[in-house]
Amino acid sequence: MATETEVMQELATDVGGAAVEHAGDHAVVFPPFDTTTFASQLFWLAITFGLLYYLMARVIVPRIGGILEDRSDRIVGDLAEASRLKEESERVIETYEAELAEARRKAQAIAEERRAAVNADLAEKRKTAEAGLAGKLAEAEGRIRTIRDKALSEVDGIATEAAEAVVARLAPVTVDTAEAAAAVARVKRQEA
Amino acid sequence: MANDPIHQFQLFPIVDIDVAGVDLSFTNSALFMALTVGSVVLFLVLSTTGRGLVPNRWQSMAEMSYEFVANTLRSSSGTEGMRFFPLVFSLFMFILFANLWGMFPYFFTVTSHIIVTFALAMLVILTVVIVGLMRHGTHFFGIFIPGGVPMALIPLVSLIEIISFLSRPISLSVRLFANMLAGHITLKVFAAFIVTLGGLGIGGWLGAVLPLGMTVALTALEFLVAFLQAYVFTVLTCMYLNDAIHPGH
Repeated sequence: MATETEVMQELATDVGGAAVEHAGDHAVVFPPFDTTTFASQLFWLAITFGLLYYLMARVIVPRIGGILEDRSDRIVGDLAEASRLKEESERVIETYEAELAEARRKAQAIAEERRAAVNADLAEKRKTAEAGLAGKLAEAEGRIRTIRDKALSEVDGIATEAAEAVVARLAPVTVDTAEAAAAVARVKRQEA
Repeated sequence: MANDPIHQFQLFPIVDIDVAGVDLSFTNSALFMALTVGSVVLFLVLSTTGRGLVPNRWQSMAEMSYEFVANTLRSSSGTEGMRFFPLVFSLFMFILFANLWGMFPYFFTVTSHIIVTFALAMLVILTVVIVGLMRHGTHFFGIFIPGGVPMALIPLVSLIEIISFLSRPISLSVRLFANMLAGHITLKVFAAFIVTLGGLGIGGWLGAVLPLGMTVALTALEFLVAFLQAYVFTVLTCMYLNDAIHPGH
């Protein structure tokens, strides 16, 4: 130990310079190698470190470990919940789209139906209207024909009378009405 | 005494306790151990009282340190290794906070004493040995016989493996201890140099700018070392604990 002390004092002298004259006051031995302090250091290290270990094992590690575990559990739970919600929303979207397609289909069917009904109705009405018109046309034509026939037959009479009158004027011949009518009919045939 | 870079490692009793001739005084070292443990516990407990699903800043820092250590342990020794998590997390937080408290000027660095780091390293190694023996019985000694080695070489390789196993607590403790010790000595030497130069008048003041810059840079470096050494200790602990769970490697 004596040689060690000398070495340490030399060391102190080398690095400390002015320290050499003070070295004697306190440290004859380099403090870390002073065995007289070992017992006290070991004793207090055992107490303090033992206490630290006890608190670490009993309080601190379970607590921080618990916090970290809670958090990772929470994160895992939240992720599961998020994926569940996502799936659910996807399902809802699917349902919505299916319903939308169904509704669209229905709407088209209804529109088609309406259109067909309207068309049928329209055709019906047109047919009725056309039938009415055709009836009226036929009636009108009938009436026109009657009037024309009547007019034409009256023309014959007028022509016969006119022919009689013309003949009576031109010549002193009295023409038989029947003969005049036959002549008118002959002329009319020739013209026709 | 102000310029003595070794003085900062000096222990002095605050409350004298003597049990059967053994000095168990409550020293400045014990005070800083208590401060370290107290601050770790307060930080981890107070920050998580809200048990927020969405963490606030403090809780998120506590969770970050938890998950950082948990991932380190899980990646090196699998899910089975998680039973050691309270131990590994305690070690990491204790060393990290002890190192960081030591960064305050005039504060004592608990991890700059070899006995403390050695005790922590022995705690790890004894855990490995005891748990390994309890779980695997004599199969635990399979860690000294690597697979795929020719029979003739087994005695030699096993000897090397045994030496490597025995040197683990030493390398684990000395690495942390030496890093903290050297860092604090260097910092103190450069800081003391500023004061010495400052006493030389105007020329000294200008010269003192150099060690001042050095001290600032070293302080930043020491913060990195404080974290890094806590991390290295933790990673190695995880690797050693893996031997207790899977001895046949």
